[in-house]
Amino acid sequence: MCKICKTKPIIQLTNTNISLCKSCFLKYFEKKTFKTIKKYDLIEKNDKILVAISGGKDSLTVLNILNKLRERLLFKIEALLIDEGIKNYRGITIIDAKNFCKKNNIKLTIVSFKKEFKYPLDSLIKKINLKPCTVCGVLRRYLLNKYSKKLKATKLVTGHNLDDEAQSILMNQFKHNIEISARLGPITGVISDKKFIKRIKPLYLLNEKETATYAYLNNFNSKYVECPYTIDSYRNEVRDMLNNFENKYPGTKHAIVNSFLDILPLLKDKYKTNKKIISCKKCKEPSSKEYCQACEILRMVGIHKS
Amino acid sequence: MVKVFIEKENKTKEIKASNIKTILDNLKINPETILIVKNNELTTINSKIKSNDKIKLLSVVSGG
Repeated sequence: MCKICKTKPIIQLTNTNISLCKSCFLKYFEKKTFKTIKKYDLIEKNDKILVAISGGKDSLTVLNILNKLRERLLFKIEALLIDEGIKNYRGITIIDAKNFCKKNNIKLTIVSFKKEFKYPLDSLIKKINLKPCTVCGVLRRYLLNKYSKKLKATKLVTGHNLDDEAQSILMNQFKHNIEISARLGPITGVISDKKFIKRIKPLYLLNEKETATYAYLNNFNSKYVECPYTIDSYRNEVRDMLNNFENKYPGTKHAIVNSFLDILPLLKDKYKTNKKIISCKKCKEPSSKEYCQACEILRMVGIHKS
Repeated sequence: MVKVFIEKENKTKEIKASNIKTILDNLKINPETILIVKNNELTTINSKIKSNDKIKLLSVVSGG
């Protein structure tokens, strides 16, 4: 029975073992997102919020909730979609993203690898000896930051949830990449610099199953589509391991993220001043080296001449 | 026997079970990774089932 109203439950929250019905769950989910925004000061009055969307369940969920909150918290909202050019994958979610934005009257900007870099991801990865996820990640982050500034956004929102964060924390731990962990948290980054638009994660304390439940109840993206390049990814193994642990020891994911939040201020402090941010010689985007990672990849592909 | 559609595999299987937990144990599916839909309504792992119920197990994982 639903813990609050004693009607038929639709979900059992693993962290607390509480069951909730549809109506109480939707309220719980939106309230928890709101509380996360408030707790970590993710959004301020008059912010221009740009939501990075893929058309998948996480990004449409966060866009939907922020769209509901924009009048209450007095901020502006737009959406940005990066079309990497992955056959039989991105095209499907773009349709969901367009339909959602049209229905909710949200301005959507679509930026494609093909238009920006001359080739879609499917072609780029054939020209280079790097993992598709590396190429995609670097170029996507580059475009997100570039277009956030172009569209005069003050914050960039991503749909990252508790599972994504717990996975990242463990992956960095397993690979001794603690400096990269210092950039995690509900607000990403260690450096406050106008070249970087702050990234925020309003779904930070909600897990993947809760997010999928919210998306299902709101009829977002009912089709399961897997990116063809994620098959052998390290993250998938960590995800499976974490889900097995969560099933056996409920509350594991929350414990990982909460323990991490306890030490995050120390990590941010430790890695705060180590690197100076300069402008990439080629594209003028922020970089820690003479040329940024995106320009380095484009040089390797042969798009940029060295 | 209950018809169970597994979204991730895009397959329907027939399984002898009187509750959802038995189905998941039988298929070796971790409840953390799926949403359980019974006759087009979300339900929990403790839900009981009858032979003509239609069960769908939807993947909660995003495609990447």
